[in-house]
Amino acid sequence: METPAKIAVRRLSVFAGPVQCLRQVTLDVPRHRILGVIGPSGSGKTTFLRALNRLNELTPGWHVEGEVLLDGQDIYHPAYDVTALRRRVGIVFALPVPLPLSIADNITYGPRLAGVRQRAALEARVEESLRAAFLWDEVKDRLRTSALRLSGGQQQRLCLARVLAMEPEVILLDEPCSGLDPISTAKIEEALTALKSRYTIVLVTNNTKQAARVADETAFFLMGELIEIGPTRRIFTVPADPRTGDYVTGRFG
Amino acid sequence: MRVPPKYTQAAAVAVLGLATLFTLAILVFIIVFVLNKGLPVVSLAFLFSHPEDMGRAGGILPTLIGTLALPLLAIAIALPLGAGTAVYLSEYTEETRLTRAIRFGTDCLAGIPSIIFGLFGFIFFVTLLQMGWCLLSGGLTLALMVLPTIIRTSEEAIRAVPRSYREVSFSLGATRWQTVCRVVLPNALPGIVTGVMLSIGRSIGETAAVIFTAGSSLRLPQSLFDSVRTMSVHFYILAREGISNENAYGTAAVLIIAVLLVNSLSYWLMHRFLAGRA
Repeated sequence: METPAKIAVRRLSVFAGPVQCLRQVTLDVPRHRILGVIGPSGSGKTTFLRALNRLNELTPGWHVEGEVLLDGQDIYHPAYDVTALRRRVGIVFALPVPLPLSIADNITYGPRLAGVRQRAALEARVEESLRAAFLWDEVKDRLRTSALRLSGGQQQRLCLARVLAMEPEVILLDEPCSGLDPISTAKIEEALTALKSRYTIVLVTNNTKQAARVADETAFFLMGELIEIGPTRRIFTVPADPRTGDYVTGRFG
Repeated sequence: MRVPPKYTQAAAVAVLGLATLFTLAILVFIIVFVLNKGLPVVSLAFLFSHPEDMGRAGGILPTLIGTLALPLLAIAIALPLGAGTAVYLSEYTEETRLTRAIRFGTDCLAGIPSIIFGLFGFIFFVTLLQMGWCLLSGGLTLALMVLPTIIRTSEEAIRAVPRSYREVSFSLGATRWQTVCRVVLPNALPGIVTGVMLSIGRSIGETAAVIFTAGSSLRLPQSLFDSVRTMSVHFYILAREGISNENAYGTAAVLIIAVLLVNSLSYWLMHRFLAGRA
């Protein structure tokens, strides 16, 4: 079923124990676009992102109200298969966390879980996803060596490739470039722009310029609330809310 | 008056160095002492022939078998139980009063003298279940004895695996069990192996609990239901009854070498496994 929005978030509130981290957020994540999510730290960006593939619930004491509809189906419905959800909605974390395995085994971790067994199929996934993450040329001769020996920027692209290898529909990125140098950052951004024709991407970033460069739409969060969402150019030039203007021009945050 | 830091630093190095040296010296002394007294008796014939005249003459073959079989059996029983408990406590339950009570309980069990486990094994396995003095009674008793150690070392090792690894695994579509098998246990392995080796050491060295439950027969065991004598028990009986001091030390020398071999082998296996992964 092709709904206009890939993900429709409706009145989503997230609580960590008694603390409310997200307040009644309603927005649409457009299909095959990059949605940038900006806001000062503590504004609920990461909480929002992790609510989209139910990672928050791994931490004891969290609970969620409202709905998150993926292709029209509520992912918080008790009957919803959460492992299948996480295969469809992959995430790249702020700090690159390669598993202590070889480069190839990191990539095939997801596909193997999904039941892919044939060597040729797995090898094809390794090459395709590393190429898509612009990492193939740097590592093609040492796929069997430990992923822990890669540089920080390479590790982050490996994490992106690992998500791509699951053949997800949505890719969530949580400040993926926060620890990276400008060249690695440019490579990640290049990869994201190339990927949006096939995937729906949500990019949380502390770097408003990054949102301006790559996002089609941008959402601005402040203290757990969605202040506004719209086409990136409009958000950065004629924001509807003065607080958005203050943030994107660097007057606070 | 304040002592300048460079003197306290020098003093600290000297004291710590001496402490280390002292510890090492005692260890080396014990090993050299036992090997020196024992090795002259040790030969292939001593290792692989049956004892004669209560151990006054002949070799130690049955006790060698007993020493291999009993700890192996104990670990085979205690490792799945203990590691399973540790996984359950750390991965499948949240921290509650109940899990704290369980943890306190295992700590208490770990501190109970082995003779108590021996008495329990004697009353429960040997007498009540009518299993008699045998390999199985001894193995079960030793398993109970080392179980708390295995649970606690495994749990520590499992908790030391970074949370981010689990999160990555879940985010790639793994279930909790897949995460345990593919990420948690392989990374906790070195700690678990340490616990197993401590347990093997304790089982090999145990005498009281073994005499109570596995007996001290000098015959070669044919099944799990035969009584066995381990090298530690053999050593104890030879020395205690004044049967043969030479053969007692010979047995002790073999025992020490066996423990060193087992530990080296476990480490080697573990490193090979870890090297194969990444």
